[in-house]
Amino acid sequence: MPLLDVKNLRAHFHTRAGVVRAVDGISFTVDPGEMLGIVGESGSGKSVANLSLLGLIPMPPGKIESGSARFGDVDLLSCSNSERRAIRGKRISMIFQDPMTALNPYHRVGDQIMEPLRVHERSTKREAHARALEMLQRAGIQDAERRMRAYPHQFSGGMRQRVMIAMALITRPELLIADEPTTALDVTVQAQILELMKRMQAELGMAVILVTHDLGVIAESCDRVHVMYAGRIVESARTTDLFTAPKHPYTRALMASIPATQKKGATLHTIAGSPPDLTQAIIGCPFAPRCEHAAPKCAAQPVELLGIAPGHATACLRVQLGEIA
Amino acid sequence: MTAPLLDLRDLAVQYPSAHGMVRAVDGVNLAVAHGESVGLVGESGCGKSTLARSIVRLAPITRGQINFDGKDIATLSRAALRAIRPSIQMIFQDPYASLNPRMTILDALAEPMRVHGHATRGDVTTLVAALMERVGLASRWMRKYPHEFSGGQRQRIAIARALALRPRMIIADEPVSALDVSVQAQILNLISELCREEQLTLLLISHDLGVVKHLSHRIAVMYLGKIVELGDAEQVYNAPRHPYTRALINAIPIPDPTRKRDRAGSLLRGDPPSPLNPPRGCPFHPRCPYMQERCKTTVPPLEPMSDGRVVACIRKEEI
Repeated sequence: MPLLDVKNLRAHFHTRAGVVRAVDGISFTVDPGEMLGIVGESGSGKSVANLSLLGLIPMPPGKIESGSARFGDVDLLSCSNSERRAIRGKRISMIFQDPMTALNPYHRVGDQIMEPLRVHERSTKREAHARALEMLQRAGIQDAERRMRAYPHQFSGGMRQRVMIAMALITRPELLIADEPTTALDVTVQAQILELMKRMQAELGMAVILVTHDLGVIAESCDRVHVMYAGRIVESARTTDLFTAPKHPYTRALMASIPATQKKGATLHTIAGSPPDLTQAIIGCPFAPRCEHAAPKCAAQPVELLGIAPGHATACLRVQLGEIA
Repeated sequence: MTAPLLDLRDLAVQYPSAHGMVRAVDGVNLAVAHGESVGLVGESGCGKSTLARSIVRLAPITRGQINFDGKDIATLSRAALRAIRPSIQMIFQDPYASLNPRMTILDALAEPMRVHGHATRGDVTTLVAALMERVGLASRWMRKYPHEFSGGQRQRIAIARALALRPRMIIADEPVSALDVSVQAQILNLISELCREEQLTLLLISHDLGVVKHLSHRIAVMYLGKIVELGDAEQVYNAPRHPYTRALINAIPIPDPTRKRDRAGSLLRGDPPSPLNPPRGCPFHPRCPYMQERCKTTVPPLEPMSDGRVVACIRKEEI
């Protein structure tokens, strides 16, 4: 049984410019202990999808239009606020791109790491302190006893992200949602943080949803991947399958535009046009206007994410029909 | 061999701060030939942006020479500098910040031409239109404002503005870092095409080695204000010799799961140190897996190796 089962999630924003369909009917599952990647470009809905699960999108203008998200016996999308609060920060934790905005600059780091224990487990100060210290050490903070008393600004970017990880994991959550956790970091520090996340995942046996725009990070870390475009999942596969046999034209185009994978000096593959305006209803495939394989039917009829091989699904009509390989 | 277009000699930029002197750029020597494209890589705080800005005198120069086409820019008067400015143009990372939101594209592109007397009131519209088409923007958009454009289009506008004065050299500081991968590819293709067709000399600054390798003939790697390795792009990328370059390349996530490596053993420890209080000896020694006692005291000179590249490591031949 999956740990998390999301069905037909729609999160829209009602703005003066119209209804922005940020997430428009996505379904996915997360198995216990796996690392699931969600990759997409700006505006693809990858962050909004995850924020919606934890009730963290501003409402209004945001609204969950439909969907369910089964986590154990709770539906995260329809449960009461108190039920959600009991889960958030306890059984599901989240870390963000910029640790400086997630840490309170006025409080000592130690107190902030202890807070989830004090809130959710009603731990004594002494007990919370001991566990926070241990977690900081496991997260690779040297001289943890002294660093507990420091303030966030006294840490470097990489160290702050380690603090965030310690804080997120101290309640031993079953699921960690990491939204671009390494995007603000230098590449050598990024490698350290990804390594730390993988180690902690193995030690604690938790599942991780890793949201990123970087296919390289996905390739090195995740078991399975969902590719998002214009608020929908357009391809879903095991990581090796996605990279060795990408099916959706968008996924392929994205891979061909990474400079590191292309021959030096070669003209990089580009995707013509720009992502669709999400305030307009899209009947068919949202990628059709930019797709080099698009046929008239692609824009005319709804397309679903369908399995084409074991564990591999794509929302490309022409791939489903076997018209393009 | 002809004289290089840009020749930096012992260039240093230092800032006073409450905690002492910040050596942002610490004695850099770098020559860029006519029509060459050199990539400058390094992590945050290594001084790559300061170096770029100092070349166009946007950062105060403490010491050294910036020879551009035989003239030392570092000591030029304001008036003489003004005459050189059209020849070296910069492109910045954030096209949201580098374009004035209250100026139409026409005004933004016409301004440098007017200031430097490259266009008269009469023909400026024609010149702007040509410039816009050159960078892949429809000239009918010239009366729009920056907010009406996407990030990629804004970066095209910034590139058009850099080209407006027919420069000989472009300094691009993280030109694609704020863009999505698919848009990034468009801008990289554009820069590469323009450099080839206009015979531009390019200094490309980026933290992304993949981007730099793709566009550059040579790569310079910076660490704590110093160049630690400089050589042919393929050589540096595929067979790095300085331990820092190796670690940097090894840390790049590869979009290919079949080449997944166990990096645990080769990960660098710690963060890049602060240029405020750089370590003695080799600046990299506290994080270096090959560190020996002598590295703590000896500052390694940037010396040539047998394959032509230069590396600042006293153990470069043995590791």
